[in-house]
Amino acid sequence: MSDETTLQQPTEYQAESPALEAWRMFRRNIPALVGVALLTVIVLATLYGTFIYSGDPFEIVWAPHEPPGMTPEFPLGTDYLGRDIIAGMLTGGGPTLAVGAVAAAITMVIGIAMGALAGYYGGWVDNLLMRVTEFFQVLPALLFAMVLVTLLSPSLFTIAFAIGVVSWPQTARLTRAEFLKIKNLEYVTAARAIGARDKRIIWTVILPNALPPLIVSATLTIGVAILFEAGLSFLGLGDPNVMSWGLMIGANREYILDAWWPVTFPGLAIFFTVFAVSLIGDGLNDAFNPKLRER
Amino acid sequence: MTASFLIRRIGYGLLLMLGVVVLNFLLIRLAPGDPAVVIAGEMGGATEEMLESIREEYGLNKPLVVQLGIYVGNVLTGNLGDSFFFNQPVATLIAQRILPTILLVVTAQVLSIAIGVFLGVIAARKPNGVMSAFVSVFATIGYAVPVFWTGIMLIILFASVLPIFPVEGMQSVKLRDAGVFVQILDILHHLILPAFTLAIIYLAQYARLSRASMLEVLGSDYIRTAKAKGASQRSILFKHALRNAALPILTVAGLQFGNLISGALLVETVFNWPGMGRLAFDSILRRDYPTIMGVLFFASAMVVIANILTDMSYRLADPRLRGKG
Repeated sequence: MSDETTLQQPTEYQAESPALEAWRMFRRNIPALVGVALLTVIVLATLYGTFIYSGDPFEIVWAPHEPPGMTPEFPLGTDYLGRDIIAGMLTGGGPTLAVGAVAAAITMVIGIAMGALAGYYGGWVDNLLMRVTEFFQVLPALLFAMVLVTLLSPSLFTIAFAIGVVSWPQTARLTRAEFLKIKNLEYVTAARAIGARDKRIIWTVILPNALPPLIVSATLTIGVAILFEAGLSFLGLGDPNVMSWGLMIGANREYILDAWWPVTFPGLAIFFTVFAVSLIGDGLNDAFNPKLRER
Repeated sequence: MTASFLIRRIGYGLLLMLGVVVLNFLLIRLAPGDPAVVIAGEMGGATEEMLESIREEYGLNKPLVVQLGIYVGNVLTGNLGDSFFFNQPVATLIAQRILPTILLVVTAQVLSIAIGVFLGVIAARKPNGVMSAFVSVFATIGYAVPVFWTGIMLIILFASVLPIFPVEGMQSVKLRDAGVFVQILDILHHLILPAFTLAIIYLAQYARLSRASMLEVLGSDYIRTAKAKGASQRSILFKHALRNAALPILTVAGLQFGNLISGALLVETVFNWPGMGRLAFDSILRRDYPTIMGVLFFASAMVVIANILTDMSYRLADPRLRGKG
């Protein structure tokens, strides 16, 4: 028995993978964990909240402008039409979060594709793509998104699409900078030497190594996209058949001096969602950035 | 700063604006339905005569390339079309509203840079101090608050709890006939809340950015030299360090201008500020496309001009760049 133990191979030293190392750092970052917890609660509430507390956010259920805490059935009160605010809060988060996530995905796909091609090929490709990027940066994003949504008629997808179309330039610039930095490193030359094609080098050699800053940027993009969606819905450019936090604020805007609660609670919900996302983004940034670790 | 740089920069700006004109043209064609009906506004009120005159003006029965030529030519001669909803030329509508927007945006920009940089510099003095923590927390909060909601909360606060600032519009009706000086004061009084609302988000970002930028600069050799020769702390912070830390702040300020205009759109809507954002909102609700396109054109032009100014001030601030084309 004892012989076998001595024969066992000594545990080999293994370098920790960067992802694992980042996770270890992230786990120790208390604000980031608060962000994760907060976001989890918000997502669960929007996904399953209606199972516990059901109610149609569009239905008029009580007298208008019932203050919060006065009627036990409607703890957060009612809006200017007498619609239940909690019902709106629980159903209104779904579209906001969904649009935020889809818009961020569209932003990342366009931005990474443009930035990767520009950074990798350089020359006239870079020139052309960067001029296109600069052109999009000249257009005021919210205004351009409003125009697109109006032209395409508002729905959750067209809103996400419009937000994606106006927000990608920053991602493209970041991706390009990363590609410029990485494309001349030895392992890329090595990959080329063994005969890897451009497509393979771009997507499987360089991109994975450019991911850390892009993941951070994607997180922050979700936050910006959520604020965008809220702004569009607030202006009445959201899908009119879907309740959302921005729409709740926009609809009650005329009556803010009579009732503060219908606009305050949805606003807090937007704030806490984006706040959670940005705490996570900051945490990821610290975790991926070895230089910051000593501080 | 060389003249050739300036000429090239302005030429490129004009090219970008031409791009915006072409984009506007394409967007109208992208809208479902007859472009003439789209231009007349989908209010259903356009008579066949009106549609015919629109087709004539925009050359809508000619080939697409010719239409584009006519459209570009019109914009170049200052004709942005007519708004059928407001029953006025679009150029007139915008001319009436562009100054309030510039006033709001520039004030917010100045406020956010001045206060933000000041907070950032103070925080950089002690990287682990209370002020640093405050700046980080404030920056995260500033990033996460929807700007229109901040505006609404400030209106509730200042309309009912602390009524010292007007919460709506740009001028008091009763002061319309007062002297110029009183009117200017009145406008500034109205400007405080909207400008501050818009400034808050960016203020937080500038504070965080200038703190980071200052910390980097404060570690360099020439700062040690300045300390060694006995310069006062204030002089080191604001003279020696800030000059060099200012470059990244300037870059971001230029890039933020477009976002500032987007923010102004929401803030103007919340505070009923009579600017282009409010006009954009009204015209989008009415699907008044000529006006929407006009606003998009002028808003983009403002961004282009701001970018050129940023490039120029960048060169003024950094002597190392001056010789280069």
